[in-house]
Amino acid sequence: MAKAAPARPEVKPLDFLDIDHLLQDEERMIRDTVRKFVHDRILPGIEGWFEKGVFPKEIAPELGRLGLLGMHLHGYGTLGVSATSYGLACLELEAGDSGFRSFVSVQGSLAMFPIWKYGSEEQKREWLPRMAAGEAIGCFGLTEPDSGSDPASMRTSARRSGGDWILNGNKLWITNGGIADLAVVWARAEDGIRGFVVPRGSKGYTTRDIHQKLSLRASVTSELILEDVRLPESAALPDVTGMRGPLSCLNEARYGILWGVVGAARTCYETALEYSKTRHQFGKPIASFQLTQEKLVNMLLELNKAALVAYHLGRMKDEGRLAAQHVSFGKLNNVREALEICRSARTILAANGITLEYPVIRHINNLESVLTYEGTSEIHTLVLGEAITGIQAYR
Amino acid sequence: MTPSAIIKLRFIAFTEKARLKIVVTVKQIPDPNATLKLTSDNRLARDGEVVLDPGDEYGVEAALRIKEAADEAEVVLVSMGPAKAADAIRKGLSMGADRAIHISDDGLAGADALTTAQVLTAAIKGESPDLVVCGCESTDGSTGMVPPMIAELLGFPQLTFAKQVEVSGSKVTIQRQTDVGYDVVEADTPALITVTAGVGEPRYASLKGIMAARSKEVKKVGLGDLGVTRGKPAEEVLEVVEAEKRQAGEVIEDDGNAVEKIVALLAKVKAV
Repeated sequence: MAKAAPARPEVKPLDFLDIDHLLQDEERMIRDTVRKFVHDRILPGIEGWFEKGVFPKEIAPELGRLGLLGMHLHGYGTLGVSATSYGLACLELEAGDSGFRSFVSVQGSLAMFPIWKYGSEEQKREWLPRMAAGEAIGCFGLTEPDSGSDPASMRTSARRSGGDWILNGNKLWITNGGIADLAVVWARAEDGIRGFVVPRGSKGYTTRDIHQKLSLRASVTSELILEDVRLPESAALPDVTGMRGPLSCLNEARYGILWGVVGAARTCYETALEYSKTRHQFGKPIASFQLTQEKLVNMLLELNKAALVAYHLGRMKDEGRLAAQHVSFGKLNNVREALEICRSARTILAANGITLEYPVIRHINNLESVLTYEGTSEIHTLVLGEAITGIQAYR
Repeated sequence: MTPSAIIKLRFIAFTEKARLKIVVTVKQIPDPNATLKLTSDNRLARDGEVVLDPGDEYGVEAALRIKEAADEAEVVLVSMGPAKAADAIRKGLSMGADRAIHISDDGLAGADALTTAQVLTAAIKGESPDLVVCGCESTDGSTGMVPPMIAELLGFPQLTFAKQVEVSGSKVTIQRQTDVGYDVVEADTPALITVTAGVGEPRYASLKGIMAARSKEVKKVGLGDLGVTRGKPAEEVLEVVEAEKRQAGEVIEDDGNAVEKIVALLAKVKAV
């Protein structure tokens, strides 16, 4: 009997390589849930929040109830989802706005992760369940005014005083700083870099928000000021000493970023595609012009490649085969290409592309921060350079 | 029998009685946001994206709210559909339902409303529920016949178009949505209700719910397990005709009494 001709494979403009098909049911459901949440709770307010420069703190418990905070950790009120699911959630959040993805990255990967990985049982019990619920907000203090790509040059110090620690120094560019109930602060101690849990209200600990910024406006960025902050021994993270501590946290967060930016790029691609079909010039849609089609196709190529990279690295992480250098590959490539896609979308929307009525300029401005935070493109380039040549070029 | 054993037995009997069992019928349908296609025999093509029927999401939501208001309750999903229906079931379990029965049988392809009702009834009977919750109609077939047929086959009273549901003891009371307000209607349980969007926005399947759904029971059954044989269809769809194109609107020029004309027009279409 002759076999029936197979149905012609479908080509979907919004999921060209059918990456959806690679996902498991549970991953798709998690993605859809976060997508719906972003649609219902973030998109209606984002223009206003971005314009006013506020992060709506009341959304934090909603993110907690949804299960997004520290979602890839295990126990203590967290869910223990796969790395791929965590990545998909980051993608959907950042398709809304990088500020929200940043909030979730900082809370889960930079503040909860070090407590979960290096904290005492007491610290875990005290903080993680409340942080997972979004009732306590955390931040991560590593970067300093004069210590960015070279964090080991930090000046913040931790010295012993009897059984206590005394912390002194300034941390800058700290996401969530001003709204955080606790800060995980990294400081130089006699035996190396140590991590400390600094609760809001500790004497000598203050924060100051940075207001005049044109990027990540729906996100709080602050300075942490530590002046003779006295902390008990129980505030120190017992299980790590040295730069390995903070760098392992950054590696977790960067993994979320390499997924997240695919979301920002997707939003700009979809916006530009739709706009090009409805905007008429010279009596026809601008999508009819070859130059516009070339732009759209270049966006399509890089968007799908970036998504595949994210997916592949997600599977590698789930299988325990992901090295820090792989994360550098994803962060470098995906942020760079996402920014290029958003800029290209801007040229298709022309003047409309610079207003907050469309999401494009907001995503471009946000990605300008994402390009350099959590490791600049330059540093990730040199990490990869070292990985393939064996020669370290950044010292 | 020792006194303690008697107390224990009484306790069990009490909890058995207090436990409210709610069955929700759910269906997986082609994504209503996609373009729907028909097969040559006037059936919906079901090879594209499928979703839990949005009408059934309200059913699940209503059941979960009843459960939350009750001392102890169990929400059981019953679905008839191909293997793909598992996705819709999982969605309902992720929202918070406790377990599910998935009726899947090649012999059920293209089942009409009566067959569907007979099969669902057979599965529901096995559960002896206090309450059966259904959407008012499916979003794809939209016959609206299945819930009343199930009620009839089960011999349950049916309360339709509920926008609010309350279960107290052996009574179920609903607010039945009408054009102008609502009627308060009551029946003894076991009963069947159909719910409208008025019951409240369906909750998100939270990530916690999605993870928990992994380990919830989905019992797969076929026609043989239910002891149902498929009879001749009671109905047949002969033709599917597209709705007439909308007529151009009426332009009312303001010659001094445009307001009256507009009000009269709105009243005619019952918009005011």
